[in-house]
Formats: sequence, structure tokens, C-alpha cells
Amino acid sequence: MNEMMQNIDINNAPLLKVEKLTKIYTHFEALSSIDLTFEKGKIIGLLGPNGSGKTTLMKIIAGLLTPTYGSIQVCGMSISKETKALVSYLPDKSYLNDYMKVYELVQFFQDFYADFDRARAEQMLGNLHIDQNQKLKHLSKGTQEKVQLILVMSRNARLYVLDEPIGGVDPASRDYILDTIIKNYNPESTVIISTHLISDIEKVLDQVVFIKYGKIVLNDDVDNIREEHNQSIDALFREVFKC
Amino acid sequence: MKWEINDGSPIYIQLAETIKLAIVSGEWKSGEKVKSVRDLAIEAEVNPNTMQKALALLEQQGLLITNRTIGREVTDDTKLIATTRKTFATTNIEVFLSKMEILGYDTNKIRIGLEEIIEEENTNE
Repeated sequence: MNEMMQNIDINNAPLLKVEKLTKIYTHFEALSSIDLTFEKGKIIGLLGPNGSGKTTLMKIIAGLLTPTYGSIQVCGMSISKETKALVSYLPDKSYLNDYMKVYELVQFFQDFYADFDRARAEQMLGNLHIDQNQKLKHLSKGTQEKVQLILVMSRNARLYVLDEPIGGVDPASRDYILDTIIKNYNPESTVIISTHLISDIEKVLDQVVFIKYGKIVLNDDVDNIREEHNQSIDALFREVFKC
Repeated sequence: MKWEINDGSPIYIQLAETIKLAIVSGEWKSGEKVKSVRDLAIEAEVNPNTMQKALALLEQQGLLITNRTIGREVTDDTKLIATTRKTFATTNIEVFLSKMEILGYDTNKIRIGLEEIIEEENTNE
């Protein structure tokens, strides 16, 4: 009964709700009183130049950093092992042991995450002709990034948090990554993607959040912005973040 | 069919225009079943919600019909398709004319220019 009640709450609450979220490092305020609410079934771009607070926000969502002030809820719950089970996080730097072979990483994800869909991961790896007996470190950089994205996207999570998934890969790999994100679209889950390469990604997004010096400067639907400003998100971004 | 997102206008409108062109040119045949939102989104490399919005717009305009048993298909109203083609052509001609105006061409010059090009193309064929 209790479990059922909780399930109902998980399904109805916004996927992410952040209020007055602030993160202060020793001498630096990385996030200043941020408010955000994300609903399910969206692909959302978290856009801002380097050092704007994107990674800090994503790490807080993933439960790897604790905020200094403010509150954050994933599916109506405070950050906990329950929310970590609902969040699939792709960090900007790899945390995987690169001496492990691809099939060992697949096994590792299966052992670690109850929601991991091994068949889906193996199918995607197979489509790319990735040899699972190879060690991660022996793969090209682009292939390493694809392997990590495949592992992260093969979880049946509610919230996917992808930190710079298309940074530093060639255009063909970038297309593959965007394709994978569209193919895995699920109306019950939401994907947050941080990037500064906007023109490549804007047609994949529903909604964008511009973040500047730790503050939200814009949060709207892509087509609303295009309708209102009559310019692409990329063009608007260049205007807002002009150096 | 080529999916292109270029200028600053809303993406769903650009997608709807691309599909509309496919319908009036007969690439999407009248009465034919339409692919799923998901497959179209993958093909166009766009957000599925945006593709859904484009299809909804075309449904509003009557070019696509959603049938509860069969699913989504292109309208079999050939008259509507013909009118849409006409509007499409008129819009393109208007755009062309306003560009020529910027270049300082009056209607007479435009007519001569057009005739020259058409003649050239005919002799090439």
C-alpha cells in the first residue's frame, strides 16, 4: 500500500524541481538562487559558456554534490538513493575504468543498476560494430564517448543528465549521439543536455535554459523563443553571451 | 525528401512546410498512411514533440487526417491538395517578385528575364 502511494507521487510530481538552489565553493558562487521546474517527456538544453555553473547543477541533480542553500527534488523526493536510482548521469569526464573491456562495463552497469536494459545496450553496441572484447582505452575517443552514452541511455531512468555529450567528437559521432537521444525518447522521462555547441543540437530540444554566472537568464520552449525573437537559439545565445 | 531547418522561424512550422511540399508534389501520396511520429522525428533529426506539433498543424489544415482505426494518413481531398499547391506557388512567386524589386527590376524586365531563361532551358533539353 505504502509502495503504491509512493509510486503515484513519483509519477505525478515534476521530474525536477529546484528552488533557490545555491552552491558556494570556498571563494566562488557557482549557482545563485536558481529556480527551475522540469516536466516529463522533454529534451532540455542547459546552455551556457564554460564556467557558468552547468556541471555544478548537473552534479547536484545526480547527487554528487550537495547544495549550500535551497532545495532540490527529483520526482517529488529529496536527493537520496531513491532519486539516484531514477537519474542516469553522464559526467563530463569519464569515471569508468578504461582498462575494463566493453563487456565488463556492460556487466558492471547490469550489476549496479536495476533498471539497466542489457539487451538494448548490446543492440546499440552491435549496431556500431563495437567489439565488446576491446578494452575501453583501446577505443578511439569518439567510440569511448559513444560507449558511455550507450550505457547511460540503456537505463530505464526517469531523468537523464548528460554533461557535454557532444563535446569533442567528430560530426558523424555527434549525429549518432543525437540520433540515440531521439530514438530513446520516452514520454515518461526527461533528458537534460548541457552544451555550448548549440546549432548542432537545437532542433533536438523542446526547451532551453540559458545559464550565466550561476543565474538563469532564459528558460523557454525552443519554438516560443523562435516565434518571439525570430531567430535561432544559436543566434540568440551569441547575443546573450557576447563577450 | 530533404529536411532542413535554417532560419529563425519556429522549427515545427518549417517541418510542416517540408511535409506540405511533399504532399503537394505527390511524394506523400493522397490517402497514403503516414509514418509514426517517432520515425519521422528520427528521419528529420528533430525532437519528437516538435514533429508532433508539425503534424497537428497539418491536421488542423486538413492535409493530414487521423483515423482511429487506421492511424494518420494524407487526405484524399484532391481539391484541397490542389488549392494548397496553388497557394504554395503564389507565395513563392511573391517572394521572387519582392526580391526582384530589390534588384530594381520592373515587371517588364522580369518578364524578359524569365522568357530568356525558359528559352535557354528549352533549347538545352
